[in-house]
Amino acid sequence: MSQLSTRHLLGIKDITSEDIRLIFETADNFKEVLNRPIKKVPSLRDITIANIFFENSTRTRLSFELAEKRLSADVVNFSSSTSSVKKGETLTDTVNNILSMKVDMVVMRHSSPGAPHFLSKNISANIVNAGDGTHEHPTQALLDAFSIREKLGDVMGKKVAIIGDILHSRVALSNIFCLQKLGAEVMVCGPTTLIPKHIASLGVKVEMDVKKALQWCDVANILRIQLERQQIKYFPSLREYSLYFGVNKKMLDQLDKEIVIMHPGPINRGVELNSDVADSEHSIILQQVENGVAVRMAVLYLLAGVR
Amino acid sequence: MVIFITPRISIYFKNIARQQYLPSFLHFYFYICNQSRAMQKRLVLDQKQIAIILKRFCHQLIENHDTFENTVLLGLQPRGPIVLDKIAKTLAELTGFKVPFGYLDATFHRDDFRRRDFPLKANETKIDFLIEGKEVVLIDDVLYKGRSVRAALDAMIAFGRPQKVELMVLVDRKYTRDYPIMPDYVGVKVNTLESQYVSVEWAEKGFDKDAIWIIEKP
Repeated sequence: MSQLSTRHLLGIKDITSEDIRLIFETADNFKEVLNRPIKKVPSLRDITIANIFFENSTRTRLSFELAEKRLSADVVNFSSSTSSVKKGETLTDTVNNILSMKVDMVVMRHSSPGAPHFLSKNISANIVNAGDGTHEHPTQALLDAFSIREKLGDVMGKKVAIIGDILHSRVALSNIFCLQKLGAEVMVCGPTTLIPKHIASLGVKVEMDVKKALQWCDVANILRIQLERQQIKYFPSLREYSLYFGVNKKMLDQLDKEIVIMHPGPINRGVELNSDVADSEHSIILQQVENGVAVRMAVLYLLAGVR
Repeated sequence: MVIFITPRISIYFKNIARQQYLPSFLHFYFYICNQSRAMQKRLVLDQKQIAIILKRFCHQLIENHDTFENTVLLGLQPRGPIVLDKIAKTLAELTGFKVPFGYLDATFHRDDFRRRDFPLKANETKIDFLIEGKEVVLIDDVLYKGRSVRAALDAMIAFGRPQKVELMVLVDRKYTRDYPIMPDYVGVKVNTLESQYVSVEWAEKGFDKDAIWIIEKP
């Protein structure tokens, strides 16, 4: 198959493992394009893409914009803080207005879970979810799995521990779906208050001790504590969190094997991840960012090809 | 002919057993006619002729490029690399030079993206050198509409500005071009119809032996 089974990338839950493999194979080719002297291909030259960000973002937004520009698409950017959303315009109205300016694809980040799903039922453009609240962040999961595949050869059979704020993380949910579809074993680890009650029903292991989790896994994906989403106190203090759940060099040295450290960014240095680990050779954090552009190029290219 | 038809007859009788066809002589006659027309294929080149052509290509390259110090070979994915590999091997045997070569995939540069029913699957591009100021020989198996060559010319520019570009093809389908593209090295020129395609079979790809056929599209 050389075509995705879906018109929109709303979440990893909705796509098949064949789709993921096709995205990876295409991303391999785009990664080669990104290492050329001229890092641009004309595939999407007749397509206009709107990046609609209702929530702050640095990496995802830059990464999408670079991916779009390297595919020669025309790009329009929109952020809610400087727009009429502040005046009370609804989501459908905002997007329909943008679409009537003949936009073919929409990349959207929104603070409400399900916002892209709602939109996909109301407008005709292809939609890429760039993160919807605490729900899903599919391109991040794809690039994480792509980075694991690149580093370890294959995702199948690998053990991946997701450590940190699972409750508020869209990256965690998308990662669980994506890794399981590719045949990896997944464990979540964090303070009890930050682990959703019924997460084990997704078929993941749950662990409260970060040392045991590190001992078990081949890859540790460490997530940020999302203070902006925490309305109540889930743990006494950042210092205490870092004491019990922060990953440092000493813990890695005590392991009898080498593990790969990942982080979707932005890192709270000294909280969930110490600088001596983040900058060590175990970490593939910057490779993740590099792969992000290739994976997003593949997603946009393949979605544009679906009729 | 008999070899062709025999398995067809068995299928015919199987279908009768399944009551999909009424057995009648006339029906049988038409069935066989249709089947054999669908199977029609014509041999263009056999293994020996292909080997001769590849050797001729190498001698022509030696004639035109002398010491190969400024020449690179690029095989167009997906089917050019296999021709390229053979040429590179023979060239090395004949001259002792190691001519740099790479594989070029033009999928992302095609002009029919979003216009086909299915997007084409991309292949690996493997070029470890710059082609700035080089003489490039593009190699492919069959030249038909010229659209992939146009895309390849476009894709190639990402690796620098070549001094000169030449095109080498094993089979040139005459009078079918959509773009003004002309090969410099041609294995064989053939007359074909829109309803036919040229199939290039290589022993390396699991076929009995190297052969090039013209086949009616099903």
